Amino acid sequence: MRQREPLIFELSRSGRGATAQHPPVAEAGIPEQFRRRGRAPLPEVSELQVVRHYTRLSQMNFSIDTQFYPLGSCTMKYNPRACNSLAMLPEFLGRHPLAPASTGQGILACLFELQEMLKAVTGMSAVSLAPMAGAQGEFAGVAMIRAYHRARGDLARNEIIVPDAAHGTNPATASMCGMKIREIASLSDGDVDPAALDAVLSPATAGIMLTNPSTLGVFERRITGIARKVHAAGGLLYYDGANLNAILGKVRPGDMGFDVIHMNLHKTFSTPHGGGGPGSGAVGVGEHLLPFLPIPVVGHDGQHYRWLDERDLPESIGRLSGFMGNVGVLLRAWVYMRILGADGLRRVAEFAALNANYLLARLREAGFDAAYPERRASHEFIITLRRQARELDVTAMDFAKRLLDYGYHAPTTYFPLLVPECLLIEPTETETREELDGFVDALAAIRREAESDAALVKAAPYTLPVRRLDDVRAARQLDVAWKPVRA
Amino acid sequence: MPYIPHTEEDIRAMLDRIGVRDIDDLFDEIPRDLRVDRLPGVPQALSEMEITRLATQRAARDGRTVNFIGAGAYEHHIPAPVWAIATRGEIYSAYTPYQAEASQGTLQIMYEFQSMIAALTAMDVSNASLYDGASALAEACLMAVRAHRRSKSARILMPVTVNPAWRRVARVITEGQGLVIEELPYCTQQGTTIPQVLDRHAGQDVTALVIQQPNFFGQLEDVDALTGWARANGALVIAVTNPVSLALLNPPGNWGDSGVDIACGEAQPLGVPLSSGGPYLGFMATRLEHVRQMPGRIAGRTVDLDSRPGFTLTLQAREQHIRRGKATSNICTNQGLLMTAATIHLSLLGPAGLERVAAACVARTRELVDALGALPGVRAAFAGPRFHEAVLQFDRPVAPLLESLAAEGIVGGHDLMREYPELGHAVLVCATETRTTADIEGYAQALRRALDRAAAA
Amino acid sequence: MSKIPGDLRYTKSHEWLRSLPDGSIEIGITDHAQQALGDLVFVEVPTAGRLLSAGDACAVVESVKAASDVYSPVGGEVLAGNELLATQPELINQDPYGQGWILRLRPSGAASTADFLNDAAYAAEIAAAS
Repeated sequence: MRQREPLIFELSRSGRGATAQHPPVAEAGIPEQFRRRGRAPLPEVSELQVVRHYTRLSQMNFSIDTQFYPLGSCTMKYNPRACNSLAMLPEFLGRHPLAPASTGQGILACLFELQEMLKAVTGMSAVSLAPMAGAQGEFAGVAMIRAYHRARGDLARNEIIVPDAAHGTNPATASMCGMKIREIASLSDGDVDPAALDAVLSPATAGIMLTNPSTLGVFERRITGIARKVHAAGGLLYYDGANLNAILGKVRPGDMGFDVIHMNLHKTFSTPHGGGGPGSGAVGVGEHLLPFLPIPVVGHDGQHYRWLDERDLPESIGRLSGFMGNVGVLLRAWVYMRILGADGLRRVAEFAALNANYLLARLREAGFDAAYPERRASHEFIITLRRQARELDVTAMDFAKRLLDYGYHAPTTYFPLLVPECLLIEPTETETREELDGFVDALAAIRREAESDAALVKAAPYTLPVRRLDDVRAARQLDVAWKPVRA
Repeated sequence: MPYIPHTEEDIRAMLDRIGVRDIDDLFDEIPRDLRVDRLPGVPQALSEMEITRLATQRAARDGRTVNFIGAGAYEHHIPAPVWAIATRGEIYSAYTPYQAEASQGTLQIMYEFQSMIAALTAMDVSNASLYDGASALAEACLMAVRAHRRSKSARILMPVTVNPAWRRVARVITEGQGLVIEELPYCTQQGTTIPQVLDRHAGQDVTALVIQQPNFFGQLEDVDALTGWARANGALVIAVTNPVSLALLNPPGNWGDSGVDIACGEAQPLGVPLSSGGPYLGFMATRLEHVRQMPGRIAGRTVDLDSRPGFTLTLQAREQHIRRGKATSNICTNQGLLMTAATIHLSLLGPAGLERVAAACVARTRELVDALGALPGVRAAFAGPRFHEAVLQFDRPVAPLLESLAAEGIVGGHDLMREYPELGHAVLVCATETRTTADIEGYAQALRRALDRAAAA
Repeated sequence: MSKIPGDLRYTKSHEWLRSLPDGSIEIGITDHAQQALGDLVFVEVPTAGRLLSAGDACAVVESVKAASDVYSPVGGEVLAGNELLATQPELINQDPYGQGWILRLRPSGAASTADFLNDAAYAAEIAAAS
């Protein structure tokens, strides 16, 4: 039986509290005019009520630890437990960010090593761990491109080229930096159209933002040529590292000609998604962009580690966070990379590609349509359900919802916008063959269901804590905070 | 191979199914001259046992110190259940709740967090967190420019008593969009912003005024007067607050006659350890009329096909569309794991517990200031009311004293020389409920020793 | 299949125009546009008195999936925004050419509705784009 879990506020009873957590009474002595009148209406519950409530809520979630989660572009690989326990060692956890460097040589050594390892796998000259998310990494990247051109007196360069298949954050980021977007088309095989690129390159070009493999799941084969053209036109190349898992240890963005990259440590380097964050968007740059790196950066003078700041990098684009970025996330990535080592990191892309291509082959055998049938899958691929949508009136979203009943988190369905009714599928390298086979069987079963009883699929899911939710009502009748009932 | 489950048999069978000879063939679309077959610069793999040894050694090298710094990150007792639950796999390894039916846990926690922040700040609505307090302030400035119908100037008045690192971050993030951030001086005697400095801007087109309470020095600002000026001058008000302080201090929703427009800040004090700098979480709350201009994820309550209550992400169209001529944000994440910890933490403290924590912090800081102020050449810089931090002024340079203290395992405070040279030899100190009388006495004695040594030298 | 009334004019960005007897122009978004957006959850209309140039973003329509600007095809002074849309955004879905009108304005210049696409031309636009 599906039981609804009340709000913590609904469990509240006046006078109740987790009193083992309350310090003794103290006299604050704050003058009256600054004081709060009345208490904040926070819930009053016992410690066991809190534990039971949030434990039960956790049981209403899908997660990597409990389900196969082939979300394209998200790289839902196993989050190793060791990463968490070591990042949470009490000495790392209890240290204040502004404590002197002499009390942090251990943790700084870990972070410095992370910088060095990220440089090595990406082929870049320098790395900053400061950005707190992929979007902040993108912002840093575009800001560095802008700073580079400005420093050379090249003030006319204010256009950023973006393929039409790009993720929405790319154009938003460019706008944030005061740049204009020039969108270019992709060819039917998924690569960037070189003629379209030629048409937009100009003295106003600041740079181009690319993902490789692209958001369509295929490797941009003409990348070297694209890099040459953009550089010849005076622009820089920015690499969106969302799909780094596909090429880790096989190809390095620096070798492809990219001048600046951002990495998503919460994708490629297995740090936890945590229900929406924290992420980390470390950036890497070529030598010429080094002066502009966001601070702080870990430096080493041969003997000691310390944080390099405005004084060491006077041309830096500046700080992006109150302190040093998401240090706990960085530690988790460090542990992961040390456990994998050089050989393990090279295996990541190999087995990500093996799993993706195997899954693609099996799905095609089962009668599903690949969006780019002539291309290899990278670490992900797109299945289009356009035919099923037309013939059976069952959409990709309907398939996704029914997959939940089969115990699989749906692949990405809302993106890329270029492929209608798509499932962007990324199995990652940490899944077994049996898991992939089970997924194929589930999709095939859902298609059979759609053929005989489309209504069944269209009203899925049935076995979860809730049925499909009315998101129109959620927006029209906005209820985003519990309000106490007035007596 | 760590975390890769494939057996030789799996690999053979899978390659057969794909129709290639070996794994390398899967990369045949990549030009040969781009491929690498080694990763120099990456060390060899370590077993979990080996990395545990290495990490533990490094942590031991750093050791545990007694902490007296605040300056934007605060040490509080975090009840044991907070992280025991937050690190459950169903929370830790869950993704963003785009498939709402499969994410009711995360979504309900978001809704509860939003409700608690709205309650604490006395505002109408809150989002489900931003990256940190500094970026939340930057986003609040961008939001004020979007939300202010009539103002065209994109000018933000920013008191110098606002956290200096946050002011820098706000500039970096808003610079590309033509916002003008103008700093407001403070009174070096009182350590607060005097409302009179605003007179110079009367009648000008000011988009928003930022007010931090307590301010960076720990002092309490005259928030009602400052809010009143902004209202009278047609400017929006952005409040920057410490969430623990809101148990005792008047919340931004009640400042002035009708409250502020945006309340933001750093929620790290709610269940998030210091962690050497992050991850933390920013919070942002606003009036209902501005909700469509607010960045960040928002969970909404609705019903499902059976008319049962449930939760889903809502107002998502904002995320692409926020760039409407004025001021853009590119945010598409929140700090889910930390938000979960904060929600559990607040549930365990409740209103009574949070009040006690806040009061204990004020009392401990007062005790610290009294103990250290009794030493020769040390005095409190500002006399007015404060929350849980204070500026101490010394008659000699502070850096060597702090080094002496560090050598004895005491992190004594934040040297203000770089950011506020006008205060002379000054340190920002903080004592929360985690500092005992013994800790404070230990600090005083160690400082006495350090002062004696410095005087003798 | 979307409805495209013969007596209106259209733009490539899916707005429609109607000439009113008093010389003012009524503007909204087409049936095709409301279908693509899905159920509307929020609409922001311009206030009376606002001066617009042709091509200015003058309103916002927001669904669960997307938020879009509505561009004024002609310049002029806004006479009225449809206030009902604040509480009933679904009027645009239900009756995009009638009760779902978004704004009325008094055109400033010489531009007439003949400058825009007729129903056949608009239908061709939609067919070409799909």
